[in-house]
Amino acid sequence: MSLTAADVKKIAHLARLNMSEADIALYTPQLSNILAFVEHMNQADTSHIDPIANPLDLSQRLRKDVVTEKNERDQFQAIAPEVQVGLYLVPKVIEDE
Amino acid sequence: MEWETVIGLEVHTQLLTKSKLFSGASTAFGADPNTQACAIDLGFPGVLPVLNGEVVRMAIKLGLGINAQIEARSIFARKNYFYPDLPKGYQISQYELPVVSRGFLDILLEDGTSKRINITRAHLEEDAGKSLHEDFQDQSGIDLNRAGTPLLEIVSEPDMRSAKEAIAYLKTLHSLVVYLGICDGNMQEGSFRCDANVSVRRRGETKFGTRTELKNINSFRFIERAINYEVERQIALIENGEKVLQETRLYDPNKNETRSMRSKEEANDYRYFPDPDLLPLVISQDLIESVRHELPELPQQKRQRFMDQYGLSAYDAGVLVASRELANFFETTVKASGNQPKLAANWVMGELSAALNKSNLEITDSPVNAEQLGKLVLRIHDNTISGKIAKTIFEALWNKEGDVDDIIEKRGLKQVTDTSAIEVLIDKIIAANPQQVADYRSGKDKLFGFFVGQAMKESGGKMNPQQLNDILKKKLSG
Repeated sequence: MSLTAADVKKIAHLARLNMSEADIALYTPQLSNILAFVEHMNQADTSHIDPIANPLDLSQRLRKDVVTEKNERDQFQAIAPEVQVGLYLVPKVIEDE
Repeated sequence: MEWETVIGLEVHTQLLTKSKLFSGASTAFGADPNTQACAIDLGFPGVLPVLNGEVVRMAIKLGLGINAQIEARSIFARKNYFYPDLPKGYQISQYELPVVSRGFLDILLEDGTSKRINITRAHLEEDAGKSLHEDFQDQSGIDLNRAGTPLLEIVSEPDMRSAKEAIAYLKTLHSLVVYLGICDGNMQEGSFRCDANVSVRRRGETKFGTRTELKNINSFRFIERAINYEVERQIALIENGEKVLQETRLYDPNKNETRSMRSKEEANDYRYFPDPDLLPLVISQDLIESVRHELPELPQQKRQRFMDQYGLSAYDAGVLVASRELANFFETTVKASGNQPKLAANWVMGELSAALNKSNLEITDSPVNAEQLGKLVLRIHDNTISGKIAKTIFEALWNKEGDVDDIIEKRGLKQVTDTSAIEVLIDKIIAANPQQVADYRSGKDKLFGFFVGQAMKESGGKMNPQQLNDILKKKLSG
């Protein structure tokens, strides 16, 4: 499977990456090559193998439902670009208009 | 043209844990902004999520409550999108292998029949934070206290055919999760939120129409209105030769309309993949069995028991089991009434519910407790008081004027059951109304009510109605 410039633009947008036309021209064949490798691996017959979600043969450890974290807001917000009355401030986002 | 509505529902229930899905930060509602968002919730580098065991038990409870398959192995996936209230840039959710699949709920319809609604799946995921748009010029304030709060998303099949069925399903599910103790059910605070997938098709058509998704509607009333509005809108579009677009729409309760959320359209590419930070969740049969032993009596079982044990109708039993508190109140009332379930049910669903509604009170805040209401029912049953007088006593109980027997005693409300006393009073009324007596005897049967009214008025409502009727009939017939 080979990607078009439009595919790469879409992927860049989904990842919020700002790419110039020159970048897109550079990356389109590179990404297509990666997909070609994947396509190559796809040729292996895996019909008799169960898919794994994790290479470790372990299962998820569970934690007790207790509150262990303290309020460390001041430290976290010390490195935030802008805060006010305890809120992180970001450029306005309007989802529903 | 006959149209059929097709509805599937996605319900997000916020699980009643003390700490978050993958971190030890508190989930308490109403804390100061960002005081309950820790490094894991904020997606700091180097942190590792660890799954809350209580959440797993709660998912199993839900699975058992909807007769579903609880998967021995399920996995967590990352759902990728950018939004300021999602600090990691992805939400940890379950995609391919959810923890619960293939269940069902039987809902009770208005005509008394029941309908099975299939449930596709229920999966665990984390909630996002909150964006506040109002208070800032050109900026939004972000509170991440809710980020990482555990949610169980319960997805139904498109099995509902009207807004009413959708509401019946939601109420049944709501009551179930509250009974199970896995969710507080508070819709205003967002603990039980619903997205509705709605489409229409011509009756007889087997293919589904194009659906729209109505987002986050936070009351049963609004969900019903939003669905009804959307159905009308879609039918009008198709009848005008236009097409329904597959899109997300937002319901505006002030205008009672839905409108398109265009910005969501391009965001539908979530690029799910298994979360490498989390191992598969393995649930043993032993764990399932240990949770099964903790299950309380569930609403549907309770409803059946109320029908069998108390002889109540399916409808009455359904109303009484709607909440655990109401069901408990009813059972205590029955006990105190000397086992008069039908009369007790009438009083709980009638006078008491009406009074609670009027004062906007919950059953748990009722000024009349179940023991007192049961006592009142007992006094009606043993003929100490009439049903009419009982309403006066109920009011006195509501106003905290004391115990049922005290009120009867103090106010002299005891029913007159002494036959000779009733006869004396009736003789007096007959003597005072010669014209009506003559008319009655010449065939105006309707006047019987007049005499009953006079007798009740004279006695202050304290006469036993059956006894009064018998004696009056005898006396009037001359």
